[in-house]
Amino acid sequence: MLKELSLYITYNLLDLQRGSRLADALSFFIYDTIKILLLLTVIIFMISVIRSYFPPERTKRILSYKKEFIGNILAALLGIVTPFCSCSAVPLFIGFVEAGVPLGVTFSFLISSPMVNEVAVVLLWGLFGWKIAAIYLCTGLLVAMIGGFIIGKLKLEKWVEEYVYKFHSGQAQEVTKQTFKERLEYAKLNTVDILRRVWLYVIVAIGIGGFIHGYVPQDFLVRYAGPKNPFAVPVAVALGVPLYSNAAGVIPIVYALMEKGISTGTVLAFMMAVTALSVPEMIILRKVLKVPLLVVFAGIMTVTITAVGYIFNAIL
Amino acid sequence: MEIKILGPGCANCHKMEELAKTAVKELGIDAKIEKISGIQEIMRYTISTPGLVVDGKLKHSGKPLPGLENVKAMIREEV
Repeated sequence: MLKELSLYITYNLLDLQRGSRLADALSFFIYDTIKILLLLTVIIFMISVIRSYFPPERTKRILSYKKEFIGNILAALLGIVTPFCSCSAVPLFIGFVEAGVPLGVTFSFLISSPMVNEVAVVLLWGLFGWKIAAIYLCTGLLVAMIGGFIIGKLKLEKWVEEYVYKFHSGQAQEVTKQTFKERLEYAKLNTVDILRRVWLYVIVAIGIGGFIHGYVPQDFLVRYAGPKNPFAVPVAVALGVPLYSNAAGVIPIVYALMEKGISTGTVLAFMMAVTALSVPEMIILRKVLKVPLLVVFAGIMTVTITAVGYIFNAIL
Repeated sequence: MEIKILGPGCANCHKMEELAKTAVKELGIDAKIEKISGIQEIMRYTISTPGLVVDGKLKHSGKPLPGLENVKAMIREEV
């Protein structure tokens, strides 16, 4: 039905010449755009409803005094569904520590939350198919679990600012329980909010994809970063670490790289490096973590993400 | 009436403040709006910002922000 609609717009409304290159490109563009925006709307709405059941306060209670390993797995999963504004990373971190959530488990949560989210997964699904989306989802979770687990094992509590452990916030309050109708209302607000922020990136991504498909020579990037270059993954990760964007912002670049034949593992590693590690987040976390811990955190993430990239290039 | 906006000062916190100001104005209520950015004070109420506290009661916390009508209702409940 979407196919017919995009063909109708291209040939009937815009009256383009049948079979011309421009018309082909345009009908694909319209089809992809509508498909992905629809997919985003439906999935974000569903996730938002689930999300309303997992406010940070509840996640904190679930993870409180959890054993490592099980805790890391749970924390990475909860990172997907627990909404939090980057501005609340500090109170969230202190709240977790105070509630007895182990340090490594807290990190699994902090890693998974920005990296593995519905916007990233839906965009990958819409543009590259469900397999790539599923791979990103699973490896993202794996990186969060392993990263947090290693940080836990290294016993780095000494590099958390001392005041965090002395904190007594007393009895925090909780907003009264929501009715189901209120949850739907919340989901609607959240969906509109996210769509408003990402629609432009989606259109740019699809547009760029179409453009370089036609105009940039196929072997341009492959020569430098194709499957034959063993350094492609570390270079992609090294480029991605200082860059920072949310999942939607990086999608146009990801699309362009995939389109030009860069291996899937390399591109996914790049996307993870961009979304998982950010200077603004580091600056915020510096309020609760000492510099050595931030360095170890960035180091572990870089190594884990690089490993994931290599593994996927090897098996795909 | 005392309204507190909890948040260290990100874009969402500013939006929350604007919402509260507009709501107070439209309701024609006499209220003092105060911004709270200290961690200690924020954590007396919640770990997820932005937050809205009306007369000592936490009415909203975290993302996404409530709509203007919801904010009005939250304030009206405490009048």
